[in-house]
Amino acid sequence: MTDIRSYEDSRDAGFGDYVQLLKPRVMSLVVFTALVGLLVAPVSLHPVEAFTAVLFIALGGGASGALNMWWDADIDAIMRRTKGRPIPSGRVQPGEALAIGLALSGISVVMLALATNVMAGALLAFTIFFYVVVYSMWLKRSTPQNIVIGGAAGAFPPMIGWVAATGSVSVEAFLMFMLIFMWTPPHFWALALFMKSDYGDAKVPMLTETHGRRVTRAHVWWYTVALVPFSLALGFTPIGGNVYLAASLVLNAGFLRGAWTIWKRDEVAAEADGYKVEKSVFRFSLLYLFLHFTALLADAGLRAWGGF
Amino acid sequence: MALRVEHEMHQRRFSRNVGLGLVLAAFVALVFALTVVKVTNGDRMHADDGKANTGTVVQPASGGSQP
Repeated sequence: MTDIRSYEDSRDAGFGDYVQLLKPRVMSLVVFTALVGLLVAPVSLHPVEAFTAVLFIALGGGASGALNMWWDADIDAIMRRTKGRPIPSGRVQPGEALAIGLALSGISVVMLALATNVMAGALLAFTIFFYVVVYSMWLKRSTPQNIVIGGAAGAFPPMIGWVAATGSVSVEAFLMFMLIFMWTPPHFWALALFMKSDYGDAKVPMLTETHGRRVTRAHVWWYTVALVPFSLALGFTPIGGNVYLAASLVLNAGFLRGAWTIWKRDEVAAEADGYKVEKSVFRFSLLYLFLHFTALLADAGLRAWGGF
Repeated sequence: MALRVEHEMHQRRFSRNVGLGLVLAAFVALVFALTVVKVTNGDRMHADDGKANTGTVVQPASGGSQP
């Protein structure tokens, strides 16, 4: 019976635990934005090549997620939100996560380069490097601007999709990058305002902890103001159109209004209504990004159809 | 009496093995499909004669008379 008891102590990971390492929810955003970047490009790929490109861009994002979990296992074990992740809960060994992350990084970069072009593969490799080394290893624990610069990693997928189709970076790809890059800080700081996080216990310098909530509220407003010109400018490039411009105007007005309200109210008012405004701005910011990219897709569809 | 080994650990291992098997099969199918697309849609290949962009154009084999 001793043998049986020792089996019960063993913690072999199931397939789902390895999938969890790849941060599937983040991957869904990567898939969507990379797909839009690829579909709105003026050069069209064969469907099999396009599918392969999006798959390996997503897998590259997943690989960087696994490497991030490997590196951050110590702070993940402290914070409530991340305690249940595969490594802190003991279902996956840190070494396994490292091996999977490195192997998938290599496979995704090589396969993307073979399926499309070397430039796209190189850009994916840089994205993984940026997320793992620049964000996770360097900035996350050293500066409250971690969200700002780390947001670049999440902003690369539509640019990689574009480069996979065209072979080079252009102003459209740059503006799609800037749209996500500038959107990330107000999105996360709105979340940080109403999430009673334990970043402080894990010694991760979040703006709400280092500079206080008053400063964070001001940051949400000013970064939203800085986001607007980039999102509108995208509407005046060849991939923009009437649908995008109309959607962008409405969405920017909504985001600015919400950010202004966040800036102008204080903690007492926020506590009183259970952070109602902050929560609604956070939800709106998700819709903001999703609808911007959907509008790009709609305009591309209309152009292909010959309508506009 | 038959020996039963259906411990929860075995289920986890089974899920892992099946999952990995499916992923590998899908990867093989994808590489195959990609190869077919690349070969059938590919440009005519240039023989490498060591000079930039001046390589001899190799026509696709018309088939039939190869030894």
